[in-house]
Amino acid sequence: MAIVTVEFPALALILLFPALGVVFNMFAGPRMGRTAVNLVGPGVMFAAFGVATWAFLTLYSMPAGGALSAHLWRWIEAGKFHTDFALRLDALSGVMVMIVTGVGALIHLYSVGYMAHDEDVARFFTYMNLFALSMLILVLANNLLLMFVGWEGVGLCSYLLIAFWYTNPQYAYNGRKAFVVNRIGDAGFLLAIFTIVATLGAQGVWTLDFTALRDNAPMLGGAAATAIGILLFIGATGKSAQIPLYVWLPDAMVGPTPVSALIHAATMVTAGVYMIARLNFLFVLAPNALDLVAAIGALTALFAATIAIVQPDIKKVLAYSTISQLGYMFLGVGSGAFASGIFHLMTHAFFKGLLFLCAGSVIHALGGEQDMTKMGALRSRLPITFGTMFIATLAITAVPPFSGYFSKDLILEAAYTSGHFWLWILGVITAGLTSFYMFRLIFMTFFGESRVDPDKDHHIHESPSSMTIPLIVLAILATVGGWVGLPDGLLWGNAFARFLGPVVGTFRPALEASAASLSMVASIASAVGILLAYVFYLRLPGIPMLLAWRLKDVFNLLLNKYYIDELYNFVVTRPLFWGSQNVLNRGIDTYAIDGAANGAGLSVATSGQIARRAETGNVQHYAFVYLLGALGVVGYYLYLVAR
Amino acid sequence: MIPLTYMMSLSAILFSIGVAGVIIRRNILVMFMSIELMLNAVNLAFISLGSRLGSMDGQVIVFFVMTVAAAEAAVGLGIILSIFRSRGTIHADEMTLMRW
Repeated sequence: MAIVTVEFPALALILLFPALGVVFNMFAGPRMGRTAVNLVGPGVMFAAFGVATWAFLTLYSMPAGGALSAHLWRWIEAGKFHTDFALRLDALSGVMVMIVTGVGALIHLYSVGYMAHDEDVARFFTYMNLFALSMLILVLANNLLLMFVGWEGVGLCSYLLIAFWYTNPQYAYNGRKAFVVNRIGDAGFLLAIFTIVATLGAQGVWTLDFTALRDNAPMLGGAAATAIGILLFIGATGKSAQIPLYVWLPDAMVGPTPVSALIHAATMVTAGVYMIARLNFLFVLAPNALDLVAAIGALTALFAATIAIVQPDIKKVLAYSTISQLGYMFLGVGSGAFASGIFHLMTHAFFKGLLFLCAGSVIHALGGEQDMTKMGALRSRLPITFGTMFIATLAITAVPPFSGYFSKDLILEAAYTSGHFWLWILGVITAGLTSFYMFRLIFMTFFGESRVDPDKDHHIHESPSSMTIPLIVLAILATVGGWVGLPDGLLWGNAFARFLGPVVGTFRPALEASAASLSMVASIASAVGILLAYVFYLRLPGIPMLLAWRLKDVFNLLLNKYYIDELYNFVVTRPLFWGSQNVLNRGIDTYAIDGAANGAGLSVATSGQIARRAETGNVQHYAFVYLLGALGVVGYYLYLVAR
Repeated sequence: MIPLTYMMSLSAILFSIGVAGVIIRRNILVMFMSIELMLNAVNLAFISLGSRLGSMDGQVIVFFVMTVAAAEAAVGLGIILSIFRSRGTIHADEMTLMRW
């Protein structure tokens, strides 16, 4: 299939606008004041969104399999290997760019209201624009190396924004934790890049461009492909918060809520899914790696969902929900349904971004309160927030016709028909749990009776329009976003998968199954979850307490997140700290290295102390030594003569 | 005709006395005199060897050495004088200002 590629220099503008925003907010922002920052910060994102839309429509009008490219400059040249700073917009990166710029622009707009009382708004928008820039580099890159630049950039911005209120040591620590855990994954990604270069280079192909990799993928067959696939997936587990590297994401919730929405729900954490979809041709060659992706995805989905059902903190619930939904995406791409995984990524960006923004709106109204046990009955006080959050909840719990229904169904269907029966079971259970914890959140926050602190009660207010407009827009998207991927045979069918097909391939089921009955099973599980939440939190509010008391051990296990953090602390962190402190610091650094340096100086000083005794200042001593020398010389010549 | 060995031996003995004087005596003036003694011991060696070889060179060098010795004595005595004025002593053990 001939891929039509058209040069489209305007792609560079998509990167240029956020870059301008970074420069402005960093240097001019603090002097120009809040109004200018509020204008420029979101403004550049809307401008980028405009350019992205133009590029996307251009792409859409091209024949299937087309792409736009912009070659900016030759970046690295080393012998036969070279890599360019070049951008490429095909169906996959087109969808991603639209999500990043669209949802990103909305969240930037929301930030104006959310950060209205913050001193450091210029710094905030600097980081946000920098994040958008990095994320756009990540998705627009036409080669792995440039993608890695974006990959690192979003990690950096994630760290900066989690630790945005750095005066709190705990927040700073959480930022560092996110950064370090991400680095572990990044190491895997780097090793994968090295392996690709080495394997292809051995056969005379020196490139990291996606199109070239795709053409030469068969050269990577067998063991190399499996190794590369697993290493890439390690990278993805770090960035996309999958077992075992998910521990940073719940802690990342201490950042400002728009950050949680943009970075830790809609865009950055989906980078791993995007990478696997982008390199689908590699993973297809490594079925074992793909199975691993699917298994880890399903396990993570279930694991995180079980934690989410008992968390009291509204943002923590959403954080674990994000981990769980990312697990779904990996289950999708791991089953070989790359388009379905990306489809869920898109709908998830809409509804999870919206959920976080709504949670932010609630927190904003309650003056910083995040504990759901201190909320309740907010439905009439925050009507817009409640309405939009309810829509988002319906979307995530896969109630038709909301967006999540279509994308989640496709993933579960793919999991079943690709032969991962047990993973499908896990996915269905997770669907039930998802409904339960999401409706628990809704009921505890908006229904029942108010448990709000009396002193906070009087200033509950609906958020300003800069915050509610993004909510409404995202609510519309969360409603209709799934309609581009209808079941086959209905209206236009799965247009989304057809659009992505040329890039990520088409899913071919291994076994036949009735889509309708599979969908029915998932829907029943989901309905059971909703019903249970209704009974537990509205009809008979005593039950949760009773259960928590009866199943104290299980409850504590879930509440404490399976003690995974403690385990990592015990197994990894504390030994490392101990080793660094006692072996490396006290032993090697202080004793060996400092000892060698100080010892060298000391030995010179000591020998000098001894040698200076010769310098008495007494002329006769010198004369005597001179005499000895003269006698020595004379004696030597006499010895020569005598011989 | 005094044998050359005698003269050379005398020269060596005088030179050794001079060296010993420079190294052992603590008075700068005496050290100076010892240096003169060493110079004259060398002069003795020069003229004895010159007379034995029948050459004028030995005597020429002796005059040179005497001239230099006179100049050196003048400068040296001047230095000793100023040391005595500033320090009130000409004991060599006191002159250790240049040590570490």
